[in-house]
Amino acid sequence: MTEQLSEHMTGAQSLVRALEHAGVDTIFGIPGGAILPAYDPLFDSEQIRHILVRHEQGAGHAAQGYAQVTGKVGVCMATSGPGATNLVTAIADAFMDSVPIVAITGQVATHLIGTDGFQEADIRGITMPITKHSYLVTDAADIPRVIGEAFHIAGTGRPGPVLVDIAKDALQASTAFRWPTELALPGYRPTTRPHGKQVREAARLIAAAERPVLYVGGGVIKAEAAAELKVLAELTQIPVVTTLMARGAFPDSHELHLGMPGMHGTVAAVAALQKSDLLISLGARFDDRVTGHLASFAPLAKVIHADIDPAEISKNRTADVPIVGDCREVIADLIAMLQKQASEDGVQGDFTAWKTQMLGVKAKFPVGYEKPVEGLAPQTVIERLSAIAGPAATYVAGVGQHQMWAAHYVDYERPRQWLNSGGAGTMGYAVPAAMGAQVGLPGQVVWAIDGDGCFQMTNQELATCAIEGIPIKVAVINNSSLGMVRQWQTLLYNERYSNTDLNTGPESIGARRIPDFVKLADAYGCVGLRCDNEADLDATIEKAMAITDRPVVIDFVVERDAMVWPMVHGGASNDDIQIARDLAPEWDDEDL
Amino acid sequence: MTSHTLSVLVENTPGVLARVSSLFMRRGFNIDSLAVGPTEIPEISRMTIVVNVDELPLEQVTKQLNKLVNVLKIVELDSGSAVERELMLIKVKTDPQTRGQVLETVNLFRAKVVDVATDAVTIEATGDAGKLTAMLNVLEPFGIREIAQSGRVAIGRGPRSITDRTLRAVPGTQAS
Repeated sequence: MTEQLSEHMTGAQSLVRALEHAGVDTIFGIPGGAILPAYDPLFDSEQIRHILVRHEQGAGHAAQGYAQVTGKVGVCMATSGPGATNLVTAIADAFMDSVPIVAITGQVATHLIGTDGFQEADIRGITMPITKHSYLVTDAADIPRVIGEAFHIAGTGRPGPVLVDIAKDALQASTAFRWPTELALPGYRPTTRPHGKQVREAARLIAAAERPVLYVGGGVIKAEAAAELKVLAELTQIPVVTTLMARGAFPDSHELHLGMPGMHGTVAAVAALQKSDLLISLGARFDDRVTGHLASFAPLAKVIHADIDPAEISKNRTADVPIVGDCREVIADLIAMLQKQASEDGVQGDFTAWKTQMLGVKAKFPVGYEKPVEGLAPQTVIERLSAIAGPAATYVAGVGQHQMWAAHYVDYERPRQWLNSGGAGTMGYAVPAAMGAQVGLPGQVVWAIDGDGCFQMTNQELATCAIEGIPIKVAVINNSSLGMVRQWQTLLYNERYSNTDLNTGPESIGARRIPDFVKLADAYGCVGLRCDNEADLDATIEKAMAITDRPVVIDFVVERDAMVWPMVHGGASNDDIQIARDLAPEWDDEDL
Repeated sequence: MTSHTLSVLVENTPGVLARVSSLFMRRGFNIDSLAVGPTEIPEISRMTIVVNVDELPLEQVTKQLNKLVNVLKIVELDSGSAVERELMLIKVKTDPQTRGQVLETVNLFRAKVVDVATDAVTIEATGDAGKLTAMLNVLEPFGIREIAQSGRVAIGRGPRSITDRTLRAVPGTQAS
């Protein structure tokens, strides 16, 4: 650390100054006793806008949404004890989906730590397994260094959440502010440059393969590698699948795109992985929702596994060629190596037959649904939303059926167009994450696609949105139930709907419409709209699109028996994919 | 499953032991023994961790450990190329008839008596796990009243130091 001009100030002023140095322009948070000293200088900051949320979980998800659309580190702030523990779900979510956030929490004064003081919780201990790193600051002099390190760790390598817990007396103490120009982190040196030998080996495997697949994960988006990926796919003509976290990393409209693999993946994407002889995994982690029964996943395939986190490689599936590195550098090097291999050695794979075969499967088994005799199909709502709002809009989903439909029926053409809680599966993610995304994308269209269950978990942030001028749009896909759980009850529990009826639907289905989402939106100073039939669908969406001065909530009253297909049952092999209830794809011999 | 001895160099910061041990718990690995102490560099502590796992899970736990920001270096030491020692304090019942035999056992195992009472002696013994087990087996018939045992510590044979290169000159990272 080099000595700089140092200024005397309080720890709290030092914190705000450090955050400004780290480039922070937005913090989502709620003040309280222990963090109170920090809020005083924050009040004066011209650089940092603090957005007062209604629940700390909302602050955490908003920081995630902001980070995911901007690529910057998101920041949330809370007080000690319950303020901090309310952040836990969002921190866990950020950890699972590798979202760079810094969570700043107040802690009780040093002399009270360990005494079960008022609003004391060992938040560092609580979050230890779900943070990339964490700090407890008890000396004001450490604040700038810790903030500098926290932002560096959160945003580099495999991104993730970093917690900075600061004791109240450290915020109140007088200190000298020095911004570190160098960070001493001897134990933290992420490998970003891939090893040339491994890249050469990967290129050799690709040239020798007959049925390769580019298995693309969220790492490609985090590495800003979408452009390189497109070059690689077009150069090699290898089919692409994009995981739930990677939707948008490769355009849906591209011929080579087979869609999303996994439990609710497309037939073509799942079949391509199962029949492949070489998986080229880029920033993906062989999650159980993708592999299904692991032992029968892609049984014929060799694996090239590129990831910035060495611990992901060979964690679930042994890699034949491990490549540790940043996805953008890996793909760029791979392109160069494949071109060199082709021009110098005349070695080049020809995957035309395989590509033709998989495009046939894609054409034969598109993702689709049957419209109900009565009522509005949820899939139609999402299709029309996508068609009207287009790929320039950002789509943020909650967790459940609506999330899977949003993954399938919105057309994704660009990275960061799609945000969701993939790894943790956090219901309630959508509204606050959309709020954060909207703050990061002022003037642009942000749609939260939420379920009636999810929406009720975090919709208090509509107040924040209305007051702070954050005009998100919320499409509540209201099937009056915890739809995904209900679907499993339909399929696996003899239609015994134990505790999945939320009664948010209309009287016509015997529900009580509690709460009435239109009235709720109105109460929160938002525009509330309702649509329960296809005839009004486009007009309702267009009406919402025309409102730009405040948040809009549309209660889409949809048919409740719609299910998410295709589906691979939990623990089953991907080979047992079903395209509708008890209906496996009918394969012709020439399909596979 | 086989026993592996890991030498883990960590930054001497508060909470680092909790991070390491909770990581083992979270990833489902049992620690057989763990010993922590200072090194010749004041800022660095050394943990010697003995785990009973197969080769593949060991690789995974090593990679996960490496991701901890305060972990600087991990080396697996195998008993062939390393010296491994554990320390044990054993309180054994004695009477005038057996005391001589107990003291003979102490000498045979090159241990020593560190406390004597009228009806017991306390023995200090160091060695590898095999030696200590053998000694316990011999002392058992006399009546073992209490045992306190340290975790294993280990050091590689030969002139090289585990802290060579990597740690003496700690390069800075450009602040982002």
